[in-house]
Amino acid sequence: MSERVTTTLGPLELPNPVLTASGCGGTGRELAQFFDLTRLGAFVTTSVMAQARAGRPTPRVTETPSGLLTAMGLPGPGVETFLERDLPWLIEQEVRTIVSVAGSSVEEYGDLARRLRNVPGVAAIEVNVACPNVEDRGRMFGWHPAAAASVVRAVRAHARPGLPVFAKLAPDVTDIVTIALACVDAGADGLTLINTMDAMAIDPQTLRPALTGVSGGLSGPAVRPVAVRCVYQVHAALPTTPIIGVGGISTGLDALEFILAGASAVAVGTALFHDPAAGPRVLRELEEALAARRIGRLADAVGLAHKPAGYVPPQVRPQEPEKEKL
Amino acid sequence: MSDTPVQTSATVLTVRQVQDYRAMTLVAPAIAERFRPGQFVALAVGGEHTSRLVRRCIGVHEVKSDYGGTVELVFADTEPGTAWLAGRRSRDQIDLVGPLGRPFRLPRDPVTCLLVGGGPGGAAVFALADTLLRRGCRVHFVLAGASARQVFGSRMAQRIGDSSAVVTEDGSMGEKGTVRDVLPRVIEETGADVVYGCGPTALLRSLTQIAGDFGLPSQVSVEEFLQQTGACGIGVCMTCMLPVHGEDGVTRMVRACADGPVLRGDRVRWGDLGTIPFDALGAPRVLSVSEGGLQ
Ligand SMILES: Cc1cc2nc3c(=O)[nH]c(=O)nc-3n(C[C@H](O)[C@H](O)[C@H](O)COP(=O)(O)OP(=O)(O)OC[C@H]3O[C@@H](n4cnc5c(N)ncnc54)[C@H](O)[C@@H]3O)c2cc1C
Ligand SMILES: Cc1cc2nc3c(=O)[nH]c(=O)nc-3n(C[C@H](O)[C@H](O)[C@H](O)COP(=O)(O)O)c2cc1C
Ligand code: FES
Repeated sequence: MSERVTTTLGPLELPNPVLTASGCGGTGRELAQFFDLTRLGAFVTTSVMAQARAGRPTPRVTETPSGLLTAMGLPGPGVETFLERDLPWLIEQEVRTIVSVAGSSVEEYGDLARRLRNVPGVAAIEVNVACPNVEDRGRMFGWHPAAAASVVRAVRAHARPGLPVFAKLAPDVTDIVTIALACVDAGADGLTLINTMDAMAIDPQTLRPALTGVSGGLSGPAVRPVAVRCVYQVHAALPTTPIIGVGGISTGLDALEFILAGASAVAVGTALFHDPAAGPRVLRELEEALAARRIGRLADAVGLAHKPAGYVPPQVRPQEPEKEKL
Repeated sequence: MSDTPVQTSATVLTVRQVQDYRAMTLVAPAIAERFRPGQFVALAVGGEHTSRLVRRCIGVHEVKSDYGGTVELVFADTEPGTAWLAGRRSRDQIDLVGPLGRPFRLPRDPVTCLLVGGGPGGAAVFALADTLLRRGCRVHFVLAGASARQVFGSRMAQRIGDSSAVVTEDGSMGEKGTVRDVLPRVIEETGADVVYGCGPTALLRSLTQIAGDFGLPSQVSVEEFLQQTGACGIGVCMTCMLPVHGEDGVTRMVRACADGPVLRGDRVRWGDLGTIPFDALGAPRVLSVSEGGLQ
């Protein structure tokens, strides 16, 4: 793999910037049937919760224009089974693994971070703050700066010192920058932007909401412009905070868009349902896109869209595209 | 030969109208070579830059060795994705993932098998019939549909089966009624040792119950449920869950695509499809609208 695409997310160094998005890559075993997971920058697990959860009844998904609307109810095996069955497999395969955690109370988040404390091989923790807070009438943690900060603080306090912690934010808030600042103040090393957006579809045949859960999370290309806006705004306010860009990425050019907005890595979610091999494909297309623009290193492209018009990034000569070792 | 599925760009050979359905033949050697009866494929619809993100999961009717290996699918073209498929012409390319899911379990001995197919799901039992016949099994068919145009494969069943019965709701072909009305008699007449099925969920439910009444094992493909709920077909999206109780009596939500589509009929909680039974592993203990709103 070329050095062109190595990336750093604060304390975390990755050979390339393409990850899977939480909840979209299964346990890893399913995708491993289609490509070698070590080719990913990292695999992000489905959000782990304390208890096994069956999630919501079907139908849990409906296809929307350029998107997907899902109300899954965070199904999962619970942290015990995850630690016994799923995580060891990923670590054995030497897949760089970012564990996503979710809880319905601040205590549950802290508890999960503690359970992961002595597990070797975990590359980072991603805190899914788009979870309903049962202590606050089911309002999402991610909707309030103080609530989002409290779960990040709990994870930081219990996680192994030095283990990178990322906060994953929801986009449908009044001001995402305030929430990003609160999370970074609470100890987040970086941010993942964005989670799904609350949305709804009504079935014209049944005349009822299409999903059992009434409203659900919108993902896919339909949310990409929202996600790019979030990354751009947060990078402008916090230029040194590493960002993982997520939301409707299905090609290398989509990934480049997030990088230009300020992301140092990108995660592919819904596209995996359409193309199980989307991860390595997006990476290949991104490498080609950088080469075509004569950008020698990925880092030179991060946040480039914020530069004044006319600014030219460091260029490599076309004859020696790979020879950029400063 | 390998057990892992592949993703391939398959070439359309033909698309034909068969009664109320479309039959599509695709050249996909790698899938044909791995296929076992009961498995399905997941197709990307709408072309490369489509806004339709969900894969369509369709059972395989049969595979042939022509052109290096072909895969034949039968489907109803009633929604936009399958209507797009129906509009393909020969030499078009379609992105195909397969073969997926668990196949029908096969009896080791040459026993008597009853194969029940309903609607386009009836197509999936023919590949199974081939394999069973090659293993020396006796194969009897029951094919069902709302009307004659929705009964798939009646002539083929007559040709290759030891017997075949047709039942339609409007009586336009065979007997008038549903599978429920004819199955007990056919089981008695054929002396079946095992009942296999693929078709609408209601059909599978009565099939399982009747087989159970006769003390027979049933193996059913929940292909219709998968078509209605699945998004990826490969086991990563978790949208196709249905409740199944295990040997230990515990009900678990399993994936129709990766843990099925073929399941033991008596393990499926038919009455609870589309719900999370309160006693399922991980079922919510308190019902609350706000719980797990997203994802
Ligand atoms: C309906 C039914 C009737 C049975 N009747 C008898 C019987 O009369 N006598 C008896 O001894 N056993 C019988 N069995 C048991 C059967 O032969 C197998 O031992 C059993 O199905 C193994 O199940 P499994 O899920 O462990 O493995 P399976 O998944 O069934 O796999 C067992 C082996 O068969 C292969 N295999 C499975 N399905 C297919 C397929 N569709 N096409 C090609 N290869 C396949 C697999 O690769 C594997 O090598 C019966 C099973 C069923 C389901
Ligand atoms: C079916 C499904 C399940 C998801 N599960 C999770 C999850 O468990 N944790 C999480 O943080 N995000 C989850 N997400 C959100 C995705 O990780 C991602 O942020 C979002 O879908 C936007 O990216 P995309 O458009 O590439 O899918 C899920 C999304 C989908 C569609
Ligand atoms: S269709 Fe995606 S998990 Fe079954």
